Amino acid sequence: MAADKPISTADEQALFAALSVESAAIVPQQSAWQRVRRNLSVRIGGIALALLVLIALLAPWLGTVDPSLFDPASRDLLPGKQGAITTLEGDSLKHTFVMGSDSFGRDIYSRVIYGTQVSLIVGICTALVALTFGIVLGLCSGFLRWLDGPLMRVMDGVMAIPAILIAIALVAMWRGSLLTVVVAIAIPEIPRVTRLVRSLVLTIREEPYVEAAISLGTPTWKIMLRHILPNCVAPLVVQGTFICASGILVEAILSFLGVGLPPDIPTWGNVMAEGRAQFNEYPHNIFFPGIFLAITVLAVNMLGDGLRDTLDPKMAKRV
Amino acid sequence: MYAFLARRLLSTIPVLLIVSVLVFLMLRLTPGDPAAVLAGDAATTEQIAKIRTGLGLDRSIPEQFAIWFGNVLTGDLGESFYYKTKVTTLIGQRLEPTLSLAVVTIVIAVLVAVPLGVLAAWRFGGWLDRCLMGFSVLGFSIPVFVLAYLLIWLVSIKLGWLPVQGYQRLGDGAGLWLRHLTLPAITLSIIYIALIARVTRASVLETLGEDYIRTARAKGLPESTVLMRHALTNAAVPIVTVIGIGIALLIGGVVVTESVYAIPGLGRLTVDAVLARDFPTIQGVILLFSFVYVAINLMVDLSYVFFDPRIRY
Repeated sequence: MAADKPISTADEQALFAALSVESAAIVPQQSAWQRVRRNLSVRIGGIALALLVLIALLAPWLGTVDPSLFDPASRDLLPGKQGAITTLEGDSLKHTFVMGSDSFGRDIYSRVIYGTQVSLIVGICTALVALTFGIVLGLCSGFLRWLDGPLMRVMDGVMAIPAILIAIALVAMWRGSLLTVVVAIAIPEIPRVTRLVRSLVLTIREEPYVEAAISLGTPTWKIMLRHILPNCVAPLVVQGTFICASGILVEAILSFLGVGLPPDIPTWGNVMAEGRAQFNEYPHNIFFPGIFLAITVLAVNMLGDGLRDTLDPKMAKRV
Repeated sequence: MYAFLARRLLSTIPVLLIVSVLVFLMLRLTPGDPAAVLAGDAATTEQIAKIRTGLGLDRSIPEQFAIWFGNVLTGDLGESFYYKTKVTTLIGQRLEPTLSLAVVTIVIAVLVAVPLGVLAAWRFGGWLDRCLMGFSVLGFSIPVFVLAYLLIWLVSIKLGWLPVQGYQRLGDGAGLWLRHLTLPAITLSIIYIALIARVTRASVLETLGEDYIRTARAKGLPESTVLMRHALTNAAVPIVTVIGIGIALLIGGVVVTESVYAIPGLGRLTVDAVLARDFPTIQGVILLFSFVYVAINLMVDLSYVFFDPRIRY
């Protein structure tokens, strides 16, 4: 037997070890975290996003008033104008309308700042809901072969309906609330996550360590959680970031079209919808929330691009 | 070839069937009595009862689906609750503006994005390449309606070059038609340009590394011939694919753009129907858009033969 194999397993291992040591000596191995931190796109997107999270958390202390307060005397003020605002107790406060006021006399600055909270919550929740359902369905599809065919056909069907139409139709039927908007935006994203997880499962389950675990009699659920899922983390984080960006965008579109969250909730889409009628005279009603929306989506997209380039080079090649 | 054609055509049937089931079930997912939902808030008990029998809601769900789907197959999408006319008639009236907008958008997007992508790949790493990559991230992030208002404000209100809103039928003169369509089409094409230019760049970049490009250059062919004849033609398949996939993006954009620019098309019809909770119209429009999306991607698949003669089905 020994003659058949000129190099024993031990030799192979030694060679392997030598090779890997050598390559490590030439190219200093960077951990994934280090690579992520050095990426310019991640840095810019991350810093911008951190600022937006701070704005959302500190909203009450950033010179804002309650975004639902209004004063008929301060209607349609241009940015920077002084005016009054009536509190719930009936006191009249002097207030500078940094971004002007809308046709009810509400402070646009306060509504935009508080809108940051809503947008970030919707984006993150949408990503979490889509990822959760996508992971469960993807794992089932990858492991339970009898379920694979029918499930993937249904996913094909969902993907054939334009995402925004599904969201619009679902919100229209369920009536707008934070929960229904999040679920309605997440549903069209689920097939993409499911497909991603399924393809990862099909690749990873052929790996020797998974075969070893199967032959040792490890229960399927344990293989999924311990061996498959950790290997899916990087692509899923990347996918989740992009879902978050599109969630923020779709929520704004729904609110703008008047089918999203109720108009009294301060969201960027609602502020813009409110400003539509008077766009000719007061374009800032649309531009201020629009700039915030564009910067937020840009920041999340840049973070996603950077994460994809560093964590998931295979996906980066696919454009 | 014909065997493939038949197989590919047949493979769309299950997808279309599932889309139909999903669109049908959307109504059933609504909490409460569908008839009451359909009748609206101001309906009387008799009206609700009439709708229930009219829709056959007393039958089983599979039976209901069979009746509804049978009607769809014969081209009957039901009657709009809000407009009180056939949904197919409504769609017919709104088809021209949407089709015009979509065609002009795709033409602009392809004419701008493909040369940009080719040039960026040609001068890989240069200033144009970097600008294009930066622009494409920006293009994906700027919301369509924000861009729409920005353009209206700049081009129509400040400069007064183009009409602010509205639509003119092609029958009333091509010049007027194009003037009204220019701004909406540019708005809608930005995200599409970002997508197509990025894929063109990546795809051409890959072909530029091939041996036949070196051969073509060694033969002394002009660089333009090398780029257009040798590189772009061989890079066409991914570009055509992304145009097909992007149709979904386009449909989403149409809904928003038509609302901002007050264009009486299918997108506007969708929003109006949703605001009026006009379910037969919503179902009809979603079904139409999905079928169009599936059909376009089918055509994209078939076009591979044209672009890459090596592909023999």
